[in-house]
Amino acid sequence: MAGASSSSGAKAAFSLIGKRLASSLLTLFLVSLVVFAIAQLLPGDAAQEALGQSATAEQVAALRHEMGLDRPAHERYANWLTGMVSGDPGQSLVANLPVSEVISSRLPNSLLLAALSALVAVPVALLIGIASAMNRGGKLDRALNISTLSMVAVPEFLVATLAVLIFSVKLRWLPSIAMVSDDMSWGDYLRGAAMPILCLSIVVIAQMARMTRAAVIDQMDRPYVEMAVLKGVAPVRVVLRHIMPNAVAPIVNAMALSLSYLLGGAIIVETIFNYPGLASLMVNAVTSRDMPLLQACAMIFCAAYLILMLIADVTAILANPRLRAQ
Amino acid sequence: MDDFSFSRRNMLGALGAGLLLPETALAAPRPRIGGRIRVASLSSSTADTLDPAKGALSTDYVRHYMFYNGLTQLDRNLVPRPALAERIESKDQQNWHVRLRRGVTFHDGATLSAKDVAWSLQRHKDPATGSKMATIAEQFAEVKATGPLDLTIRLTGPNADLPTILAQSHFLILRAGTKDFHSANGTGPYRCAQFRPGVRTLAQRNPNYWRNGRPYLEEIELIGIPDEVSRVNALLSGDVHLIIAVNPRSTKRIRASRRHALLESKSGLYTNLIMRQDGAPTNNPHFVAAMKYLLDRPLIKRALYRDYATIANDHPIPPFHPYYRADLPQTSLDLDKAKWHLQRAGLRGVRLPVYASPAADGSVDMASIMQEYGSRVGLNLAVNRVPGDGYWSTHWMKHPLTFGNTNPRPTADLIFSLFYKSDADWNESGWKNPQFDRLLVEARGEADQARRKQLYGEMQGLVHDRCGVAIPVFISLIDGYDRRLKGLQSMSTGGLMGYQFAENVWWEG
Repeated sequence: MAGASSSSGAKAAFSLIGKRLASSLLTLFLVSLVVFAIAQLLPGDAAQEALGQSATAEQVAALRHEMGLDRPAHERYANWLTGMVSGDPGQSLVANLPVSEVISSRLPNSLLLAALSALVAVPVALLIGIASAMNRGGKLDRALNISTLSMVAVPEFLVATLAVLIFSVKLRWLPSIAMVSDDMSWGDYLRGAAMPILCLSIVVIAQMARMTRAAVIDQMDRPYVEMAVLKGVAPVRVVLRHIMPNAVAPIVNAMALSLSYLLGGAIIVETIFNYPGLASLMVNAVTSRDMPLLQACAMIFCAAYLILMLIADVTAILANPRLRAQ
Repeated sequence: MDDFSFSRRNMLGALGAGLLLPETALAAPRPRIGGRIRVASLSSSTADTLDPAKGALSTDYVRHYMFYNGLTQLDRNLVPRPALAERIESKDQQNWHVRLRRGVTFHDGATLSAKDVAWSLQRHKDPATGSKMATIAEQFAEVKATGPLDLTIRLTGPNADLPTILAQSHFLILRAGTKDFHSANGTGPYRCAQFRPGVRTLAQRNPNYWRNGRPYLEEIELIGIPDEVSRVNALLSGDVHLIIAVNPRSTKRIRASRRHALLESKSGLYTNLIMRQDGAPTNNPHFVAAMKYLLDRPLIKRALYRDYATIANDHPIPPFHPYYRADLPQTSLDLDKAKWHLQRAGLRGVRLPVYASPAADGSVDMASIMQEYGSRVGLNLAVNRVPGDGYWSTHWMKHPLTFGNTNPRPTADLIFSLFYKSDADWNESGWKNPQFDRLLVEARGEADQARRKQLYGEMQGLVHDRCGVAIPVFISLIDGYDRRLKGLQSMSTGGLMGYQFAENVWWEG
């Protein structure tokens, strides 16, 4: 019985993954089309931005020709698309390097920062959410509520700036900029990345904790929980064994949203701490109108988001016996 | 300023003293060798380059001066001094002979020869190079190596400023045939240990540098911190030791620190109001005059720049410049005169849009100040604040009233030729003055300093009286540094000692 349901669950999950992957490809295609179209609306192009204020018409025309910007837009898009399908994201117009090379120097930094922030944020958020749900209406719940609400309300640039003023300028405990280099040790990296991780975590902890609390409380009012409590099951066991499997779907959903933010939404934190990540690379690409680089960054963020959403949905299916059976 | 010319005599005299430091600084404790510093400049992106011809931003200039040398180098009075050139001389200011210093080697061990220099100068004329100096390099009619250490430069017309032009970072000398710019092979004071565009540049002391005893620092790490508050925080927290472009509003924070200090460099940088002369109503001379009388220069200097600025007189030559004309009457705020001129122009009560942007430093505040005074004389200025992104290609010079922002140029000829000559691409106001154009060509080929100063003075008068630009102040450049860093001096050509601090500073920590 259990074996049959889990194998049908796996089948359902696989067919869902297959369908999702297909629709993800379509989404990626549409996103690339939209990003390309919007970028065409921006004033100026890569040649003008590269030459800047001091550009003459002939210089711009020459550079445009060299960059291939004198060809019609649809032709450039088709060119980029065929390159992308065959696995080549093209050449960065500004850096004169393959896009893959430019991105490969930044993507690991972003992934590492996001992973470490998630490592800090997820357990803390779960702990806060569950603790405040279990103490619903109590002093602890109210205290945690106020603190998470104010964490949501305080913008991250304020958190980051205050953290720099306190920990770097006044106390001189931590560096104010997060330097990343090939030859640095893990200790150095963690010291430099401590404040970026802290700031990113604060933002997502608050959101995830509130979602966790809501999901757990939603389950607490159900009859099966009442039954378990009446049978004398310990509160911690009720939450972990009975409630969590049912609350996991909305929680994972909220976490997927927050984690996708850690990758792409880190731009403010990257700017303040001068962290060489992917988000600032994308902003660079926009201001310099470096289309191939911009497209590649957009694809990565979009793909990361889609993957996280897929994971959330699959988790929801596997966690819910009714969905599993369908 | 008598010996401003670049003749053979004072050239030889300058040989020994080819240093940027004045004599007084040499009497100070001897610089010591060693120390590592981290320097944060304004910006760093994937557009970072090791090709001097493509240098676009302060970070690039600093990087290029670390790894390469020019034929000449400007001293603090903007006088060109010999660097890789031992001599550079001309009888007619058109045919120049350059004699190179003997025994200079590139970082890869090759010896510097006239071929390298000829190649480095000529590549600016090739459109494929994408040189920022392509238009200036057009005047190199021929650059030819005549011996291992000798070369001739024939210009299309006489230009007494050639030695100054050659001191610019774009004209730094590369090894002939250099195509790969992943690393740098120059003759400069530092070798390139690592170059990661948008991340950092690591420079290590070149022990074989041709200038004896220099450089002093063991290692320089150059990074870009675009956010000004983060840059100042990084300095105050001790993570970096030298920063460029401190906002006047942040100077208080740095002054409050016992470990740090500020370096103000008076410069020729300005933000100007542009009144296009190719259409009504901004081409009305009365309108132009009224706008110049509407500028409250002391207020702009005090409120926008916290006194880190010098009052300007509607022409681009700053007071410390050797060719500055001191006897021009200073235009100042005069609402009565402004009102009278507006009435004559028939523009009272008219609504005029003015475009300002963060791209032109301070322009939004300047426009607001002008709007306020304008309302008192019946001029209705509508301030359109537009984003900095794309400002230069979409707004600058494209509307009747816009703001421009012009970086210091090393010679009066360059600033006038690039921005004020009738047929210049960036003749911002679009004014046409044949007399000005004639004076410009005459001054360029004039070797006599007194006569040159007089000619440039006349040109300043013409721009002051007739040109459709209003220049309220020259903006000072402010750097912040750790007090353990010694030897920094101000240079009017740019922040960080005209971007050339690397071979002049030492560390006492």
